[in-house]
Amino acid sequence: MAELITAELVDLDLHGSDREEVTADLAKRLAGAGRVGDLDGFLADLREREAQMPTGIEGGIGIPHARSAHVTEPTLGFGRSESGVDFGASDGPAHLIFLIAAPEGGGDEHLTVLGALARRLMHQSFRQSLLDASDAESVVRLVREEVFGQ
Amino acid sequence: MKFVAVTACPTGIAHTYMAAEALEQAATAAGHEIAVETQGSAGSAPLGADDIAAADAVVFAADVDVRDRERFADKPQVTAGVKAAINDAAALIEQATTAVRSGVAPAEAGREAGTHAGTEAESAGVPESAPSAAEPERAVEAHTGAGTRVRQWLMTGVSYMIPFVAAGGILIAIAFLIGGAEIAAVVDGGDFRGVHYDGISDPSDLLGEAGIAGVLFKVGSTAFDMLVPVLSGFIAFGMADRPGIAPGIVGGLLASAIGAGFLGGLVSGLLAGFVVMGLKRIRVPRGVAGVMPVVVIPLVACFVVGLLMLVVVGEPIAAAQSGMTDWLAGLSGGTAWLLGGLLGLMMAFDTGGPVNKVAYTFGIAALASGDTVIMAAVMAAGMTPPLGLALATVVRGRLFTRAERDAGKAAWLLGLSFITEGAIPFAAADPLRVIPSLMAGSATTGALVVAFGATSPAPHGGIWVLGLVGSPLLYLVAVAAGMVVTCGCLVAAKSFLGRRERPARRDDPAGAPVHGLVGARQG
Repeated sequence: MAELITAELVDLDLHGSDREEVTADLAKRLAGAGRVGDLDGFLADLREREAQMPTGIEGGIGIPHARSAHVTEPTLGFGRSESGVDFGASDGPAHLIFLIAAPEGGGDEHLTVLGALARRLMHQSFRQSLLDASDAESVVRLVREEVFGQ
Repeated sequence: MKFVAVTACPTGIAHTYMAAEALEQAATAAGHEIAVETQGSAGSAPLGADDIAAADAVVFAADVDVRDRERFADKPQVTAGVKAAINDAAALIEQATTAVRSGVAPAEAGREAGTHAGTEAESAGVPESAPSAAEPERAVEAHTGAGTRVRQWLMTGVSYMIPFVAAGGILIAIAFLIGGAEIAAVVDGGDFRGVHYDGISDPSDLLGEAGIAGVLFKVGSTAFDMLVPVLSGFIAFGMADRPGIAPGIVGGLLASAIGAGFLGGLVSGLLAGFVVMGLKRIRVPRGVAGVMPVVVIPLVACFVVGLLMLVVVGEPIAAAQSGMTDWLAGLSGGTAWLLGGLLGLMMAFDTGGPVNKVAYTFGIAALASGDTVIMAAVMAAGMTPPLGLALATVVRGRLFTRAERDAGKAAWLLGLSFITEGAIPFAAADPLRVIPSLMAGSATTGALVVAFGATSPAPHGGIWVLGLVGSPLLYLVAVAAGMVVTCGCLVAAKSFLGRRERPARRDDPAGAPVHGLVGARQG
């Protein structure tokens, strides 16, 4: 199984001002890394999910996500936005954005990884470390430690 | 205290697990024990029977229906959306504690707490198998206003019905292709172009007497016979869980029997759901509680729903049908294209229901008396609805759910084959906007066919009997025009009517601006 996240999937300085834009920026990284086949199709799936219920949660977090036929590997894209981007959370814009991409027919072990990741997001210490991370490599290392315990 | 919880969200890869983690953290922080079942995509490890037995209360943090909710029937319940758990799990744990302490009866505890959290989830859980894209669309959002809830219930029924529409419709279309349009008469009996067929009563004679086309037609029409019962049964299932299925299906079968069509199925499904929801509220001693969902509730609900369908719904429908038939006969001398338009309206109103049937029968009667124009108008107007919907799913796919877009693909073939039922999944899910759009398109087609003077000596077969149609090109123009009108009306209605974003509010922790993709007006 490929790495959940690599340095090229991290953007610590997102410039987009709305959720469509930052989601697309991160999705492009996934496409660039060969994790997503059809970028437009994947974005459409993300929009469909987002339309059901915004994915922002309190504490400045946005987690655009979708199970999509256009995704080849379960993948996490991570971005940080200085100014914040509205993801529909009631307490304000999101500064940490996690783009979670799951393949349509993914096996259980893939999805278990994503479930473990989602659980870690609820830990304040993890969020703080991600806010403090100085470069893409340390984000990748943090995720690996937290999710896989290695 | 000891709690159990179930978390579930639409995609099943993020919120389900975040809510579980948040609840575990909050419970532990408050000095309680909790076991959480995550009904997500990665499969869920069901809660152990010991955990459930030992629990003082249960917390549902779910935006989709909770599977196997009956396991918790005798516990105080707190119900909220996943976001309420993620954003403020401590409050839910607090509510669960209060519910236990106050000793409120289970049903009320759940309701009070749910309302308190601003996320009243009236819809009882729907047991589902593991969610995946191949699964029928599930009711999204287990809270908010009555309009949204009704739409969720309807969508649940529709999503289980779509496979029957697609499989049955395509089988019938293929049967027409292979066996010609007379195959319906050969199998079911009736007249086709002056020849009388007795029909085939013994299924084992089908292959010998009607060939493979007859078999295809029989299988397809059997699937079609299930449309209304399945729609009705699974609407009730979406509302009231497993005990809703039996009364829902029985009600749906009766809706078919009294010729009430899919609108009758909507009525019987909702009726069955409400009756079962009401029966579930009745407090019974624990000893009896075990047989309630299996015996008592289905028994009482089947009887009540059946009685209402036969007596209260059935008789007025029969009376209205004969009234409409007389009325149509009286109009025969009037302006011909107006009559065509009127028949179009009727064909599209309930696609296979009583009004549609009156119009179709009128066409058959006209055919028998030698008027082939009226038959052409009726058939063309019956082809338009699925075609217009199929076109709309292509032109504006984002206005439709994935299940609807899939149904749209089959709808092309169904429309071309004059299988108006292809429109039912759309009409049942969002009747207020879909049905008027269908009527506008079919009225256009019906009026145009009469104005053009196109004729059809065949009572069914759609595009496959085009060789028999008089003025076939103009006939196709009429169908295409109606299709475009339906598509245009529907896109406009879905874009501008009743879909409104609502900003998330602080007091609405699970605040969800847009509820699904075919949203009826909120609350």
